[in-house]
Amino acid sequence: MHLFILVLGLTAGGSGLFLYKALVLNFPLIPRARTNLWNVEARVTFIARNRPVKVSLYLPRNSKRLVIMDENFISRGYGLTTTNQTQDGNRQAVWSKRKARGQQSLYYSSVVRQAEVKEPVARLKPPDTEFPKFEGPYLEAAESLIAEIREQSADLDSLVAELMKRLNKPQPDSNVALLIGKQALPAKKVEVAVRVLSHAGIPGRVVQGIRLVQQKRDAPLLQWLEVHHGNVWKSYDPVTGEAGVSDDYLAWWRGTDPMGNIKGGNKLRIEIAVSLNQEAAISSAIERGRIVSPFFVDFSLFSLPIQTQAVYRVLLLVPVGAFLLVVFRNVIGVKTFGTFMPILIALAFRETQLLWGIVLFSLVVALGLSIRFYLDRLKLILAPRLGSVLIVVVLLMASLSVVTHHLGLERGLSVALFPMVILTMTIERMSIVWEERGASEALQQGAGSLVIAAIAYLIMTVSYVEHLAFVFPELLLVLLAGTLLLGRYTGYRLLELHRFKALVKEQP
Amino acid sequence: MFGLAKQLAEIGVLGLNRRNAEYTLKYNKRRLYPLVDDKLCTKQLAEEARMAVPELYGVVEAAYQIRHLPEVLKQHTDFVIKPARGSGGEGILAISGRLKEMYRQTNGALMSQEELNHHILNVLSGIYSLGGQPDKVLIESLVRFDPLFEEVSYQGVPDIRIIVFLGIPTMAMVRLPTRMSGGKANLHQGAIGAGIDIGTGKTLMAVWRNDIVEEHPDTGNKIAGLKIPGWETLLELAARCYDLTGLGYQGVDIVLDKGKGPLILELNARPGLNIQIANRAGLLPRLKLVEKNHKKLASVAERVSFAKEHVSTLS
Repeated sequence: MHLFILVLGLTAGGSGLFLYKALVLNFPLIPRARTNLWNVEARVTFIARNRPVKVSLYLPRNSKRLVIMDENFISRGYGLTTTNQTQDGNRQAVWSKRKARGQQSLYYSSVVRQAEVKEPVARLKPPDTEFPKFEGPYLEAAESLIAEIREQSADLDSLVAELMKRLNKPQPDSNVALLIGKQALPAKKVEVAVRVLSHAGIPGRVVQGIRLVQQKRDAPLLQWLEVHHGNVWKSYDPVTGEAGVSDDYLAWWRGTDPMGNIKGGNKLRIEIAVSLNQEAAISSAIERGRIVSPFFVDFSLFSLPIQTQAVYRVLLLVPVGAFLLVVFRNVIGVKTFGTFMPILIALAFRETQLLWGIVLFSLVVALGLSIRFYLDRLKLILAPRLGSVLIVVVLLMASLSVVTHHLGLERGLSVALFPMVILTMTIERMSIVWEERGASEALQQGAGSLVIAAIAYLIMTVSYVEHLAFVFPELLLVLLAGTLLLGRYTGYRLLELHRFKALVKEQP
Repeated sequence: MFGLAKQLAEIGVLGLNRRNAEYTLKYNKRRLYPLVDDKLCTKQLAEEARMAVPELYGVVEAAYQIRHLPEVLKQHTDFVIKPARGSGGEGILAISGRLKEMYRQTNGALMSQEELNHHILNVLSGIYSLGGQPDKVLIESLVRFDPLFEEVSYQGVPDIRIIVFLGIPTMAMVRLPTRMSGGKANLHQGAIGAGIDIGTGKTLMAVWRNDIVEEHPDTGNKIAGLKIPGWETLLELAARCYDLTGLGYQGVDIVLDKGKGPLILELNARPGLNIQIANRAGLLPRLKLVEKNHKKLASVAERVSFAKEHVSTLS
């Protein structure tokens, strides 16, 4: 019972943390997955008139799908203040300088990543409509337009869709044409839509932003329509009138104000540049994690120095191998040297690759074993005997390396990295079993160890497994739970079935 | 495959995992293991409790003692040399007599004093001990085994293994050496195992390498139906081993000496499961029966009679 609670707790904790990291923080489940991120830059140029200068610029804000990070302002000699909440609910930067003269350039740059962030988008009250009321013929046109679209719609979505359809017609009817005016720019159409909706008692606003594309200098502003409905802002595509917002749309600011303003200068020009920049998904997940829940990132393996991380990449595979070994020994019933020798051998294989590793391993063990048997005739006691075997193994490996090098087999050199302690211990164990239980038992155990080591190696080198173990070490808790459960496994081992088969045959 | 597992479970065959988890781990305290892993220790315990064991002539614990060996051995014409921590009958040397300066082994081969010393040195260095630990050498009396099994063994000493659970004998078999097992009484080395009916002490059918055999493959004599003399004494001896070591689940190995009767050879804290094959029965029903009833049974006599009456009727 106690065990069950423990196992349940471990499983719940491990998988809960795993799910949180995978689903909420978006830690990638697949190694080397890449996510998109964009470098966004706004270049503000103007001519100063040797007077105090004040330049304001709206700044983008985090949305549900896009996270803004690494913000930078390049503005030599200017004082900078940023506000996260202006009166109209936007973010704004204000540069100011006592005296400036001639052509000036200021920069704002940031990195935008895709993410699923649960940051509440600022809950704004429906604003007092910022637009003047319709008057005269405009009022009539607006009212008849509203009456028409009300007639042909059932709810808000269809109402907006109907409105946008009319506004976007190549040959708009007279009401619409009157409202839009001569310059039928998209921005104007969205503005009209907001005014019409406000008149109908539905608060709306214009969103200004850009499309995140591969590469674009002087990216055009693109408007979006937002309608306040049921305490939240709903987005609508201004062209199709469909609800929602496209994934690559970066909202910059809300309202119809210009992006920037200047006092004490003129010829203000703002240019936005976008460029796509790919990076490993994992590092962007870490960055996102820093924002959403810093604790997990600061106290994870990623906070360690790179070299230490590399060690843990290998070390965290040992539990996977251990679990495998437990299954092989207690469920299948394979005989091995010692309890965890096969895992150590599997780790040694990482240095040499599998096939070559098996060849080298068998070769060195066979040679070492014959030397051990020779040493046996000298009747040595344990420690000196082990020491002598170790010395001989080192010499064997050195000569193997020299020989293979001269034969032009570069692979042989990797034997030097082959952990020699593992070899020595294997030789020692094998010789003991050989003497106590005979050659067949020793060879059986040797083969069993080698097979399990090979399987463990194959599984441990799947990059997917390595990735999961390193990025989601909490999964090891689940593994631990499984191992604990196996500790109470009292069923038959697979090979036992074969052993006791004779018992079944005779029973009626 | 699952069908097979199900059938085995129905018979009540005990698997290794279950033996470890529910019997050895539960009933055998780790600190008691040295008592049975070191045969010298077991022997001393048994002697203190006045239980029959082969007589100890001497112990060699270090290489320098070998010099005095001939003096010790002079007093005995026959003896056995065995490692204290050996397993599976490895490293045992049985000397049945002398020829001038040479020792004669039970299999007829002659051995010089020097060769004998060499063997003892090997044992001391731990060749036969579990894990290669340095070892001790026991010199004890040679068992002159009862002629009962002479017809059905090939060299070596046939021994009787009794599983004693919580002081109650639960299953027994006799292990008969064959030519294939090299005179060793080890089932997986090719010895024959024959189950023994706990109630009567009569041998049942025999199993040789997973096959049922009627006759000994080397001597051609019938195995089943042999009655072990003094079976009750054997059961008592086995049952007392529980009080001796405190190990709840143990295997007791007994030999029958022509003159001295049953002698305890060694105890085992992790007895193998092959005894089930030799008996053609699973251990589990018997173990469960014992678990249910052992608290009522205090004395050795009660436990033995319970075994004879109830355990044997289960199959």
